[in-house]
Amino acid sequence: MTQTIDEYSVFFLYAAMAVYAFAFIAFALDLARRSAQVGAGNEVGVDGSVTTRERVLETVGAGGSSAVSGSVATAAPVGVGGSGAARKGLFSRGGGAEASLSASGDGAVTKRSLSLRLGVAFTLIGFLLELTADVLRGIAAARVPWANMYEFSMTGTVLIVGVFLVVITRVDLRFLGTFITGLVLILLGVSTVNYYVGVAPLPPALQSAWLVIHVFVASLGTAFFALGFALSAIQLVQYRREAIGAGARTLKLKFMASLPDSKRLENLAYRVNIVGFVFWTFTLIAGAVWAERAWGRYWGWDTKEVWTFIIWVIYAGYIHARATRGWRGSRSAVLAIIGFAAVLFNFGIVNVFFHGLHSYSGL
Amino acid sequence: MSRPSDHYDSPDPALATRARGAASDDGSSSGAGDGSSPDIAQPRLGVVGWLRWFWRQLTSMRTALFLLLLLALAAVPGSLVPQRAADPNGVTQYFVDNPDLAPILDKVQAFDVYTSVWFSSIYLLLFISLVGCVIPRAKHHFDALRAKPPRTPARLSRLAGFEQRAAEPGTNGAEAIEVARGMLRKAGYRAVVFTAPGKNGSEITSVSAERGYARETGNLVFHAALVGILITVGVGGGFGFSGQRVLVENGQTFVNTLSAFDSFNPGRFFSESSLTPYSMKLDKFTATYETKADGAFGQPLDYDAAVTTQEQGGSEQQSDIKVNSPLRIGGTDVYLLGNGYAPTVTVKDPTGKVVFTDSIPFLPQDASLTSVGVVKVPDGLSQQLGMIGFFYPTQAVSTTGAYYSTYPDDDYPVLTLNVYQGDLGLNGGTPTSVYSLDTDTLSQLTGGSTGVASIELKPGESTALPNGLGTISFDNVARYASLDIHHDPTQGYVLLFASLALLGLLISLFIPRRRVWVKATERADGSVTLEYAGLARGEDPRLVPAVADLAERHAKLLAGRAVPETNA
Ligand code: HEM
Repeated sequence: MTQTIDEYSVFFLYAAMAVYAFAFIAFALDLARRSAQVGAGNEVGVDGSVTTRERVLETVGAGGSSAVSGSVATAAPVGVGGSGAARKGLFSRGGGAEASLSASGDGAVTKRSLSLRLGVAFTLIGFLLELTADVLRGIAAARVPWANMYEFSMTGTVLIVGVFLVVITRVDLRFLGTFITGLVLILLGVSTVNYYVGVAPLPPALQSAWLVIHVFVASLGTAFFALGFALSAIQLVQYRREAIGAGARTLKLKFMASLPDSKRLENLAYRVNIVGFVFWTFTLIAGAVWAERAWGRYWGWDTKEVWTFIIWVIYAGYIHARATRGWRGSRSAVLAIIGFAAVLFNFGIVNVFFHGLHSYSGL
Repeated sequence: MSRPSDHYDSPDPALATRARGAASDDGSSSGAGDGSSPDIAQPRLGVVGWLRWFWRQLTSMRTALFLLLLLALAAVPGSLVPQRAADPNGVTQYFVDNPDLAPILDKVQAFDVYTSVWFSSIYLLLFISLVGCVIPRAKHHFDALRAKPPRTPARLSRLAGFEQRAAEPGTNGAEAIEVARGMLRKAGYRAVVFTAPGKNGSEITSVSAERGYARETGNLVFHAALVGILITVGVGGGFGFSGQRVLVENGQTFVNTLSAFDSFNPGRFFSESSLTPYSMKLDKFTATYETKADGAFGQPLDYDAAVTTQEQGGSEQQSDIKVNSPLRIGGTDVYLLGNGYAPTVTVKDPTGKVVFTDSIPFLPQDASLTSVGVVKVPDGLSQQLGMIGFFYPTQAVSTTGAYYSTYPDDDYPVLTLNVYQGDLGLNGGTPTSVYSLDTDTLSQLTGGSTGVASIELKPGESTALPNGLGTISFDNVARYASLDIHHDPTQGYVLLFASLALLGLLISLFIPRRRVWVKATERADGSVTLEYAGLARGEDPRLVPAVADLAERHAKLLAGRAVPETNA
């Protein structure tokens, strides 16, 4: 029985991967289309909507602002009649420009990208399939599905996609689709090939409620860090493009013109990363509490503890960098990227090749 | 705000310096100056000046950042090289594997990274910087908490979310501001009203409001809690101890005294009198394994050490110690860390007199608990004997003839022994491990190249020792539990500080600190213009919508229509 359910789980996982692959293609097509449109001299909004020059003039005439710039830096004075539709929560819609994006029905006929909508739809379907796979795995094992590398990979990527899908309902980060689905595909590919293990019971060291909490929150933190990483990486590219100036024709990535400016990307990355940081802080504390119960000491500089600590300190550095003159912008973005590299290292390398008390890769 | 001078929100000292014609010494590509520039520009610094300069450097944001990154970097080697504290056997093995490199690494304390001089200096500097940073800020914040929001700026138009509206005819400026003040106060702002005459006989009334003081409080709580953790760990560790003890089932008893530990690591301030007397007997150790024949066959499902404990003056109590559920007794926590087999072996001399009998814990070598142990018989025979034993709980024979164990439970137990004779080195005064035998000075009698088969026994069997030395029997096999016994009086405080840190972090990251102004200019002709603007103090993505929302609701309120509250 266990065996059969696990087989279903694997089937759903492969199905999810196939659908993610479609999503990836759709998102990539969207970026290609943006490049083409930008090349043709059109204005492309953050949400991928295309507005021709004359339309933009109309839009501006109608009292909105142009759809091109994502520059809604918080400090920028926004004209009279700003968005009353302020949303509650962590992620604001920004200011005027985005509000006018959603309101750009007045006058200009903007073409929403079909590929972008398909990308989101495929991602959602893939997410549901993978969630099913994950739940089935949990049922097969009669416990939470995050007790070995294969299961972490599955639950972790479900969370990455889940967080992405939730965040895009609040702030338009759909342009990250290629990146997110690409990352998830690679992680799933590596884990199904290298990390797959059949359903196995929990060894005594893992039989604890803290497994449920600690590992889940760590995965959630990782999901936010992944999103922050994507934003920081794009921020760096965007910054270069801005530095080169308007003659950015030399830069191949024309679609970058349709993405938010580096300042806004930096702010978005920061907001995502601090959420990740809070989860990571909790992971660290919960891990220590669990270590105390299982091994009799809350902190022993076990390799895995060391790396969790290193990651935490790097992100603390990143947060500091953002508050340090001369370190805002690209330098802090580099730190966020190093931080996520450490997260991946911790997961992919430390789990498998370093030995310590945390030998639960299941391999 | 009394932030470090190179905080991005602090006024840029480089500008001031440049104004005086002195170059910034910073040299960073951004061109941003650092806080000490004005000092540097001065011709001569006395000792005090230098000290002040040094202190400012140490408590600057860039130093904190640098030290944080350095700390992350310095923590890495400890994960690459085995550490004495966590993995002493790994260190020994490392010396064997890398005889040239290991002593060099040892010189730079690479096997004790987290207590090394260099690692400690980094975090101590970091925390000195932290204290130097937090104290002035705390003082400043304490003052700010009691101060009123500052005067409304003369021009709001450059500020965030600026908005200008003409009030409906008949609006009274002062009243409109009073309404705004009420709204702001309800939304948690501290608000003060200012009045000033404007140009051309106009009258300007304004409200200046500030909220989110908790952001700074949270930040200070967070940083202070980190100091709390460091101090508690540093001091608290000194009062505790940790010790290990192996107990064989069916009756071995531990009493909580120094001599009863197999190994003991006291903290700096530990005194023996802090050991509360109690006794603990291992009645039975039960290991449950997966028996289904798929991939997980033989994987442990549960370990359970059933013990009988008795505290001084108390009655006997039965308890179970499991991997994730330690036993708290007599101020100590007892953890089940390991387990294995302890074969009971009896050696008799040629006349049949028992010269040795003991249950000897063997160390597991693999998941199926193939175990290795050492039997030492120092007295009673014509020669001192040492034996290296292999125990296979469920023995099987490979195609090459080698023995191995296929399952961790003792379904088909077999004990093999290689016998050595000679001086066991027990009288030299140097402590020797009960788990190892130095065979260099001994001559081998069975097994290996001797041509004599190793002794092989099943429970209950006995056989003759070589050279007519006597007989040996394998009476039975018991389980043993390896227990860690800890005492740490401060770990509760560490948890408390850690929770405070998390709480402070949440507050400081997610509560926005902002100033908001509403200004009413009432001209001589009776017309009133309302202006709204805000200022972010720190990260505040929702400032602009919040100001717009305030303006909207304010206008509606003024128009006499009540709207539901939202928190601006
Ligand atoms: C153990 C070392 C440290 C760690 C782990 C650490 C961590 C953090 C974190 C996570 C934050 C963001 C959350 C918050 O605002 O409370 C922060 C903010 C801050 N830290 Fe630290 N910190 C450390 C040392 C220091 C030191 C030495 C200074 C003084 C130079 C300092 C000054 C600040 C300041 C001014 C902020 C506010 C930044 C802002 O305005 O956004 N920190 N720190």
